[in-house]
Amino acid sequence: MSNNPLELKYAKSHEWARIEEDGTVTVGITDHAQESLGDVVYVELPSMGDQLAGGDQAGLVESVKAASDIFSPVTGEVIALNENLEEEPELINSDPYNDGWFFRVKVEDLSELEGMLAADDYAEACTGDD
Amino acid sequence: MSNLKQLPLHAVHQTAGGKFSPFAGYNMPVQYTAGVMAEHLHTRTKAGLFDVSHMGQLKLPLSAVDALEILLPTDIRALPIGRQCYSLLTTESGGVLDDLMIARRQEDYLLVVNASRRDADLEHLGRHIKDVVTIDDRALLALQGPCAEAVLMPLIPDVTHMRFMDVAVVYWQAHEIWISRSGYTGEDGFEISILVSAAEDFTHALLENEDVALCGLGARDSLRMEAGMPLYGHELKEDISPIEAGLSWAIHRSRRATGKFPGEFLGADRILRELDHGAARRRIGLKPQGRAPMRDGVLLYDSPEGSEPIGVITSGGFSPSLRAPIAMALIKSEVDSRATVFGEVRGRRLEAQQVKPLFHQPNYKR
Repeated sequence: MSNNPLELKYAKSHEWARIEEDGTVTVGITDHAQESLGDVVYVELPSMGDQLAGGDQAGLVESVKAASDIFSPVTGEVIALNENLEEEPELINSDPYNDGWFFRVKVEDLSELEGMLAADDYAEACTGDD
Repeated sequence: MSNLKQLPLHAVHQTAGGKFSPFAGYNMPVQYTAGVMAEHLHTRTKAGLFDVSHMGQLKLPLSAVDALEILLPTDIRALPIGRQCYSLLTTESGGVLDDLMIARRQEDYLLVVNASRRDADLEHLGRHIKDVVTIDDRALLALQGPCAEAVLMPLIPDVTHMRFMDVAVVYWQAHEIWISRSGYTGEDGFEISILVSAAEDFTHALLENEDVALCGLGARDSLRMEAGMPLYGHELKEDISPIEAGLSWAIHRSRRATGKFPGEFLGADRILRELDHGAARRRIGLKPQGRAPMRDGVLLYDSPEGSEPIGVITSGGFSPSLRAPIAMALIKSEVDSRATVFGEVRGRRLEAQQVKPLFHQPNYKR
């Protein structure tokens, strides 16, 4: 079973969000997501400065098998991108919660994250998924 | 899920961490724990073991030879005992009903056909041939890769005398095995038909060799794409001629206009005409620029602005060997073979270079 860090918040669409010390929010995809996708070979990130609303499509990952959309779980401005993913998309497979992060958002309202799932609720939502 | 058939070795695949997906009515292992990329590269460097028991195995009597001359553009009478060849079931209108391997054995012909076409093939063959026997008690395994012979030798010493496209009946622990030196990966290797009751033990005997790894349908697809091999439903369809699909070589020279037995097979009018005068479309290989894969169904244009598609991608994905996207496509014949083409991916036109549809040079033992 996937090992989901307790300090993160999770979306049913398989993204995670982490509140950084400066109050910005980092977004990536979960271990369960990378596991079901298989080897990731291509990533499309949002652009710097994009204004995302919670639930907006913010990018895409393609594995050897198929393409899959990435949604932003939070509302705000994109202020950083993990550019390593362009050359090393396999970081998403090897380290989905750290080196495999996607983008960082300056959120308008941190309380938005309260609507997301805790680690155990997300794990439960994933059972029966496959 | 309930209508999906299980492979006879389903339990082996589950134990090996197989991830399953429906394909041609079967619940097929797409990959195992290592993943498509690792399985692909393992097959290119050592030996991959694929369970392809979903494929149809059919036996025809030798008396079917007259009918087979009509159904296949092959010189079937010239196929020696102990050899097989690749061929096509053509349609009246010059398309392709299925592609297959046909082996000439001592007492019969053995056909291996696509799972997705098995029923259509049976109906078609049944109209021309009596006594088509479907083999339902045998698993089919493919052992593929540069180590395949070395892996198989301790179990079946005779394989060392086989060369590419030879077929033989051999024995392992008194079990009769139908074996051919062939495959669908562009590697040396063997396809092994063995009674379901012995298949699991045989599989374990192969897997004891650390050079052997189970590989799923995902790697099978990326391997055959690199080897430029067509897949039914993609490069081959009832409305695509063998000439368009780049399979002129499968039309035996004796069946061509200048051959000893010209024509007289289904669809010969169109197929021989296209051989002489060219076809409307041709199959090409593509190397997309950048890393974005261009997949099956992506439309091709001659410029970033062009409004009329000039072709369509029939198979596309990521090549683990080249670490880059590759694709195959059908494109209008009048398009210059040096021209850059543009694939429309999610509304954007991305550049791709036309290349020969062969991304990996095969190393068969001829």
